[in-house]
Amino acid sequence: MMEEVQEVKSALSVHGHNIKVTEVLKDGDALTFLIVSQKLSGTGEYHVDRTCDDFEWLQQHLFSQEDVPGIQGIIFPPLPAKAQVNASAKVMKQLGFLGLGEWQPYCKALETFLRQVASHGILNKNKAVEIFLTSSDPPGRQRAKKNIFNRLSQAVEEMRKEGHKDVDEFFQTERDHNLALTGYTKSAAERFLDVVLTEQKIAVACGHFSAALHLCVEAGEDPDKQAFSRICVKLSEVFDSMKKNMMSMAENNMNTLGLGLDLESRYQEAEKEMLFRRTCKLVELETARKNAEKAKPVKKAAMEEVKKAAETEFDHICGVAKQEIARFEGARVEMLQQAMVQWCEKQLLTAKESADQFNQHLQAFRGMA
Amino acid sequence: MEIKSLEWFEEKQQHFENLDVQLRKLHASVESLVCHRKELSVNTAQFAKSAAMLGNSEDHTALSRALSQLAEVEEKIDQLHQDQANADFYLFSELLGDYVRLITAVKGVFDHRMKTWQKWQDSQMLLQKKREAEAKLQFTNKPDKLQQAKDEIKELEGKVQQGERDFEQISKTIRKEVSRFEKERVKDFKTIIIKYLESLVQTQQQLIKYWEAFLPEAKAIS
Repeated sequence: MMEEVQEVKSALSVHGHNIKVTEVLKDGDALTFLIVSQKLSGTGEYHVDRTCDDFEWLQQHLFSQEDVPGIQGIIFPPLPAKAQVNASAKVMKQLGFLGLGEWQPYCKALETFLRQVASHGILNKNKAVEIFLTSSDPPGRQRAKKNIFNRLSQAVEEMRKEGHKDVDEFFQTERDHNLALTGYTKSAAERFLDVVLTEQKIAVACGHFSAALHLCVEAGEDPDKQAFSRICVKLSEVFDSMKKNMMSMAENNMNTLGLGLDLESRYQEAEKEMLFRRTCKLVELETARKNAEKAKPVKKAAMEEVKKAAETEFDHICGVAKQEIARFEGARVEMLQQAMVQWCEKQLLTAKESADQFNQHLQAFRGMA
Repeated sequence: MEIKSLEWFEEKQQHFENLDVQLRKLHASVESLVCHRKELSVNTAQFAKSAAMLGNSEDHTALSRALSQLAEVEEKIDQLHQDQANADFYLFSELLGDYVRLITAVKGVFDHRMKTWQKWQDSQMLLQKKREAEAKLQFTNKPDKLQQAKDEIKELEGKVQQGERDFEQISKTIRKEVSRFEKERVKDFKTIIIKYLESLVQTQQQLIKYWEAFLPEAKAIS
């Protein structure tokens, strides 16, 4: 127990909850992210720069911890898809919200990923996490050994196991629920992205209208011409305000609920993958049991060993999975609540500011001779 | 016609040509805005449906309730977008469309003035020719032809006078109408802009109400 406490204490030399991705730099097509972590020991920070490949290196190392009991029961914090400057339309579509806003939402998503990994009681013990957050050199470029995901991606026929009936009602319910939520969350995130993209188009259209109005300003001393020119200039200011209002609404949507739905969608997928790994293990276990039952005497002992090992591994996975699911449920509710509250507060502020601004324009027009 | 007056008409014709180009650009811009606003309404409605379905499938009671409320807020916002699209269209797009058509008519009137002037000039040139022909006929012994020429000259003199009157009249009417147009457009635009701004203010005030009602629902999730 003490050893465990000591292990927990010494897992990382930095705080996990306030890791920041402070900046993103463009270097040709590649992006580099500046990460700042607070030292546990007191004052002082680690500043490191990491690329998308470095993040993938970290993720691969997390996946390849086969010696950790029940590792396949972990809901791995989802890493955003790889980003690059001048990304193709396909990549941008995959990134969704994370491809908008000059990579600021992407930085936020990476920040969330690192905080989740660094705060995870099992994952933060992996040396790769410490190296990633503190080493001034880039993490090693060596490929991680075969990992649990490699096995998954090998067999297309494994996908047929997705519908395999569970032996545990808790997990069957969780699988059914996850299937529904994954689909609906993804759909909601995609629809919300469409809203944001259209808001941005409206902002651009307002900008065009505002600029076109300036072309209507006429020189000369004719009082009627001057009056019309004043109207055009003032109306241009109105459309500038409309543009700012729409951009603000789009940014609020993107940075709060948009990010929230994106993370929820990716996390539901991560839970789906964990449940699928467990289901595959269940199939493996059932096969091992059948084999042990049917084994000829000469092979019986060996088959029994295989069966026992499968049972132990499966039990470990289920134990870890149940804890992960409980933790996940609490975390996602809290995250979505924060996202919705922030969304509402920001939109409320924008609406109040815009109402005030439009009202000022209205009074100005009413007062015009 | 005096040179100053001719300059005035030339300047006004150019002014209306420029105005035509500018207003068409503005009209196209507003049509694009109307189109995007309608698209936003459709997208908002679809998001509202997705949020409702997500709320229905959510086990956590307070989160489910908040998501359902979110869906309702988005439905209301969709209605606001539709109202705003209508304001964009029925106020601005129609105003600019009307003015584009009006300016096309004004340009037509300027063209008609030029044609009237040309007709007057043609009549004058023909009268001049007929007078020269009559002068030649004075020295020939063709009394019938001389009388015919005199009759034609009388008719043409009438046409020239009518042509000049028509030209003066249309020029006078254009001056009056242009002056009225310059005043009316200021009034028309101001009226429409005030109505539009009132719709913008109202939309924001509605949004404030919706967000203020939703905030406690979002905070209640725990």
